[in-house]
Amino acid sequence: MEILVCVKRVPDTTENELQLNGNDIDRDDLVYSINEPDNYAVEEALQIVAKAGGNVTVATVGGEDDEEVLRREMAMGAKQGVLISDDAFNGSDGRGIATILKSYVQRNHYELILTGVQADDGAAQVGGMLAAMLDYPFASLVTSIEVLEGNKLKISREVEGGNKEVSEIDLPCVLSIQTGINEPRYVGMKGIRQVASIEIPAFGASDLGIDRGAVGAAGAKVMRTDYFMPALGKGAEILHGSREENIDKVIELMKARGGLN
Amino acid sequence: MARIFAYITHKNGGADDSALELAAAARKIDPAASPTAIVTGFAAELDTVCEAIRSSYAEVWKIGGENLAYPNAELVRKALVRVLPAGSIVLLPHDHFGIDLGPGLAVKLNAAFVPDVVGIDRVEGQCLNVIRQEFGGQVSAHVRCDGSSGAAITIRPGAFKALESAPVSGTLVDKSSDAGALASGRRYLETIVAESGDVDITKHQVLVSIGRGIQDKDNIGIAEELADALGAAVSCSRPVVDAKWLPKSRQVGSSGQTVKPKVYLACGISGSFQHLAGIKGSPLIVAINKNPKAPIFQVADIGIVDDILEFLPEMTERVRAL
Repeated sequence: MEILVCVKRVPDTTENELQLNGNDIDRDDLVYSINEPDNYAVEEALQIVAKAGGNVTVATVGGEDDEEVLRREMAMGAKQGVLISDDAFNGSDGRGIATILKSYVQRNHYELILTGVQADDGAAQVGGMLAAMLDYPFASLVTSIEVLEGNKLKISREVEGGNKEVSEIDLPCVLSIQTGINEPRYVGMKGIRQVASIEIPAFGASDLGIDRGAVGAAGAKVMRTDYFMPALGKGAEILHGSREENIDKVIELMKARGGLN
Repeated sequence: MARIFAYITHKNGGADDSALELAAAARKIDPAASPTAIVTGFAAELDTVCEAIRSSYAEVWKIGGENLAYPNAELVRKALVRVLPAGSIVLLPHDHFGIDLGPGLAVKLNAAFVPDVVGIDRVEGQCLNVIRQEFGGQVSAHVRCDGSSGAAITIRPGAFKALESAPVSGTLVDKSSDAGALASGRRYLETIVAESGDVDITKHQVLVSIGRGIQDKDNIGIAEELADALGAAVSCSRPVVDAKWLPKSRQVGSSGQTVKPKVYLACGISGSFQHLAGIKGSPLIVAINKNPKAPIFQVADIGIVDDILEFLPEMTERVRAL
């Protein structure tokens, strides 16, 4: 099976205290890496081709800096990386990104297209849009995939309360992969070095026949104007004592709530 | 202002809580609006939901069909595209169904799409200025949406307070025949109900709940030791389950368990909305996190900026000495 996985390079913000800088967040000290859910999508694709045969291609819409995440996923085992890059793509909204990917997909042949469940903006939108543009079936929040006879898959989606919704879906289709579906393999420096010299083809708007007015800031109906720090609401009472004092305070409050005898 | 529609999700004949939250969001977009509810489904269950929703919406559109008995986003999308007037604003809950339906619906309606909206800032003509959150809720964003050809907007569950208004007697309009024949490349087979685990976290008064901040499987023990000392159970947020450090049955959140403890110790948990959706019953929430900007501090009662790997063992010592 020929599988395309759409990935994104994002700032790692899980351990960092974010600050604002103008209309943006301050990105100077942030470390960028692969969007974590995309690793699960690539791992799932690799496990499918290990059983069913075929190849995994990873693609991203971005710039030269984004090559590093393609190489990381190639070190995991993706055979090919593809960089889709053009100044005309800057400022694209989710629909713009989906439009760009659609043009790439239509010029190639993939039976299955995977994305991570969501990226740094928490939008969870590109996969569903891409599917609708291609008139492929789509499923989000996928937690298992089994290849069936007859050009179809059996999939589970994560629904409320940890329940799983099981469906059959025809190929070709687009799936957004939920985290936890598998255990993404480790990538070491050696693995990265082994793929360092593989050429990553780049495609621009004219290569893909993309109307420049339909993508980028020109085609965007949705635009983030600025970031701001959320209003704290009532917010937590922050304890500023020593650790020992803070622990005593927590124990006292727990007793008052009947949570500790 | 464009006509506003709210897509009502339901289960076992009961409308989801989001039904009234979407009405509240619609009024924020246009205080003069009388949003129309759209309900899809089949037979008696569909009728029950429509009847219940009529007291909250002045107009209810019903789309019935045997293949809509179980909600399939592709079929619902096709039905909505056929019945919605051009330029409509459609509100959906940002849950597992809205995530499945919303993006493709926007494409097929040729409308703008804004996911996971938590607030409406202001409306200027056909331009909607809304509020979202990014980076796991660490920062908020103002987002401008050109609604001139309509918009599909998913609304974060719980972000808009359900309106308490006098009941109305809404008009029911059957749009089933307008939806026409529907087919999908995805076919529902069954729902597998979550397994209960070794420990039932929904039954405990005190939870020591751990998140990404626990850093390593080998550190789970320090949470278990504190839980033992407190007579509590260890629960967790999604990253701990994703890493296979604890079973799914220990996960608190919209895709895990809903818990109602007296005390919830959120240890190294950032506090995504999906996680917070699983905490009910107003427990005392104590958040311990290294990052002073962690969203959990916005909802916790007590916050402590500290490293849980040092804090928890010290607290265990202290509790044992009581």
